[in-house]
Amino acid sequence: MRFLLMILAVLALPVQARTVTDSAGRVVEVPDEVTTVFAAGPPASVLAYVLKPEALTGWPRALRPEERAYIAEPYRDIPETGRLTGRGGEANLERVLQIKPDLIVDFGSVRDTYIDLADRVQEQTGIPYLLIDGRFDNTAEALRILGEALGVSERGEALARDVEARFARLDALLAEVPEDARPRVYLARGPEGLETGMKGSINTEIIERAGGRNVADDGGATKGLVNASMEQVIVADPDTIVTWDRNFFDSVQDDPLWQGIDAVRNGRVYLSPTAPFGWIDRPPSLNRMMGLHWMAGLLYPDLWQGDLREDTRAFYKLYYHVDLSDDDLERLLAWAEGQPPK
Amino acid sequence: MGRGTTAEVSLPRPGLTLIGALSVVLVGLAFGAVMIGPYGLTPGQVLSALLGQGDSQAQIVVWNIRLPRVGAALLVGAALAAAGATYQALFRNPLVSPDILGVSAGAGLGAVAGIFLSLPVAAIQGAAFVGGMAAVGVVMLVGTMVRQTDRTLTLVLIGVVIGALAGAATSLLKVMADPYDQLPAITFWLLGSLASITTRDILPALPMVLVGLIPLALLRWRINVLSLGDEEARALGIEAGRTRFIVIAAATLITASVTALAGVVGWVGLVIPHIARMLVGPGFGRLLPASALIGAGYLLIVDTLARSLAAVEVPLGVLTAVIGAPFFVWLLARGRRGWS
Repeated sequence: MRFLLMILAVLALPVQARTVTDSAGRVVEVPDEVTTVFAAGPPASVLAYVLKPEALTGWPRALRPEERAYIAEPYRDIPETGRLTGRGGEANLERVLQIKPDLIVDFGSVRDTYIDLADRVQEQTGIPYLLIDGRFDNTAEALRILGEALGVSERGEALARDVEARFARLDALLAEVPEDARPRVYLARGPEGLETGMKGSINTEIIERAGGRNVADDGGATKGLVNASMEQVIVADPDTIVTWDRNFFDSVQDDPLWQGIDAVRNGRVYLSPTAPFGWIDRPPSLNRMMGLHWMAGLLYPDLWQGDLREDTRAFYKLYYHVDLSDDDLERLLAWAEGQPPK
Repeated sequence: MGRGTTAEVSLPRPGLTLIGALSVVLVGLAFGAVMIGPYGLTPGQVLSALLGQGDSQAQIVVWNIRLPRVGAALLVGAALAAAGATYQALFRNPLVSPDILGVSAGAGLGAVAGIFLSLPVAAIQGAAFVGGMAAVGVVMLVGTMVRQTDRTLTLVLIGVVIGALAGAATSLLKVMADPYDQLPAITFWLLGSLASITTRDILPALPMVLVGLIPLALLRWRINVLSLGDEEARALGIEAGRTRFIVIAAATLITASVTALAGVVGWVGLVIPHIARMLVGPGFGRLLPASALIGAGYLLIVDTLARSLAAVEVPLGVLTAVIGAPFFVWLLARGRRGWS
C-alpha cells in the first residue's frame, strides 16, 4: 500500500496534490505540503500532536493547569477549537474554514455514520478529511497513514516501529501466561466507580492488551461503556482495579461497600495519571501506549522487566516532545503511585 | 374565540399589510444573517460571493455553509410555528405544541436508532421522519379504537402515552449507545442543530413542508370552525372527524420533515403562535402565514446566535428554551389576550 502511495505521489508530482487512502478506504486528495491540521476530536489531536505538533491548529479543549507542564512549551497555548460536527458536534464549520487547515483528521470510529460525515464536511468545505481507525491494534498503521499525509513519514514510521516493538515485548511476556492465570481487571470510571467498559470496547482495550482479563464480559453481547451495579462488581470480584477518577480512588478505600472486593482488600487499586493525557484512556489514542507499560508492571510485577521512571521519561520525550524536569517526572510517578497533585 | 371567524372570509387590509410587512422584515433578516458569521467577510465580499465572484474560500463559506443554514432555519422555523398554530387551533388549547401527538418523540426515537446503528446521515434523517410519522399514526389508530366522547382529549392522552413510550425506548438506546462516539451525537441531535446542514438535506424536506401547508391553507375556514368544538362544527355542517384527520396528517408531515432535518427544536411551535395571535388575532387564515413568517424569523435569529455566540455551536434547543421560556412567562403574565 505504501509503495503504491509513493508511486501515486510521484505520478502526481506535476499537479499540486497527492492522494492518501484512509482507514475507511476513502481516497483523499491532500496538498503536497500539509502545514496545518485540524483535529476533529481529542484522540485525533493526540495523534497529530505526537506526529507533527507544529501543524496542529488547536486543542479540542484548552489544557488544564496540571497538564501544561507535560506539553512542549510552544503548543500549550494554541487555541481551543472544539470538536467537529459529528463526533460531539460542537465546532463551527465556518470557524474551521477561518482556521483554513490543509487537512482535517479524525481518529476513532470508522463506521458508516462517520464516513458519511467526513464526506459531507469535505464536500462542504473543500478541505480534505481523513478518517483513521482508532482501535488500539491499529495504532502503528494510524501513525503511518497520518505521518504520510502530514509529510513526516519518517517520524511516522519510526513511531510505528516503536509501537510495534512495545506490543511485541508484551506479547512475548504474555505467551508464557495462560489465559486463566491472567489478572481479573475492573476498569472503574465515574466518581462512584460504577461505570465501566465491556470487554472489547475502545475504552478498555488496554486491559486485554496489557495481559489482563476484563471482568465486565458478557461474551460480546454488549459493547461500549455501561453502568454496573455494586452487586455485579461484588459478584465479579476483580483482583485488580484501575481508574483515573481521583474521587473514586479517594473514596474506595473507606467505602464499606467496596471492602469485600479482592482488589481493595489486597491494596490493588491503581490510579492512572491523566497529564497531559490519560495513561489508559481519555482519550483513547496514542497516550495509551504509556499506560500499556505501566499496566504491564502492575499486572506482572515479577515478569515485567521495566523501569517506570526511565520509561516515562523516554516516552514523554519521544512522543510528547518534552524533556521532563525531575520535579515534573516525580509528580507524575507519585500520581501513578496514588498521590495525584492537589 | 369567534372574533376572527367572520372577518376571515375577506382578509381585511390590516392583516394583509401586516403579513406583507413581516415578509419584508424576514427578507431583511435573511440578508443580514448571511452577512454574519465567524469567518470575517465584509458585506461587499458576501455580495460578490453571492454573485459567484471573488475569493473561492468566501464562496464556499457563503454558498455551502451560510446559505444552507439560513434556508434551513427559515424552513424549520416556519414549519414548526405553522404546525404549532394548527395544533393549538385544533385542540383549542394554547399550551399545545407540535409534538403533542408524539411526533418529536417518535422522530427522536427513529434518529437515535439510526445513530445507534451507525447509519449514514441520510438514513438517520429518514429514520427520524418515519419514526415521527409512525408515532402519530399509532396515536390516530389507537384513537379510533378507543370509544370516547371527547375525541380531542382522547387523542392528546394517547399522544402523551405514545410519546412516553418512545421516550423510554430512546432512553434505553442511550444507555446502550457507545458513550464515546454515539452518545454525544444523540444528545446533540435531541437538542436540535443546523450545524451540519447542506443543501442536500433541505431539498427533500422543502416539498414535504409545502405539501403539508397546502391543505392547512385550503381548510383554514374549517379549522376555525373546528376550534369552536365538534358540536358547533357539526351544526355548521362540517364533518369534524375527517377534517381533523387531514389537518393532523398535514401538520404531522410538516413537523416530521423538519424534525428529521434539524433534530428536536422545542419552543418555537409553542411560543410563536401566541405572538402571531397577538398581532393578527385568532382567525386561522391570517394566523397561519403570520406564524410561519414570525417562526422563520425567530429561528433565523436564534440559529445565527447559535453559530456566532461562541467558538463552539450552542444547540438550538438550548437557545430556544432559554429565550422562549421567560418570554412565555411574560406572555402569560400579560393575560391571554388572543384567546379571549
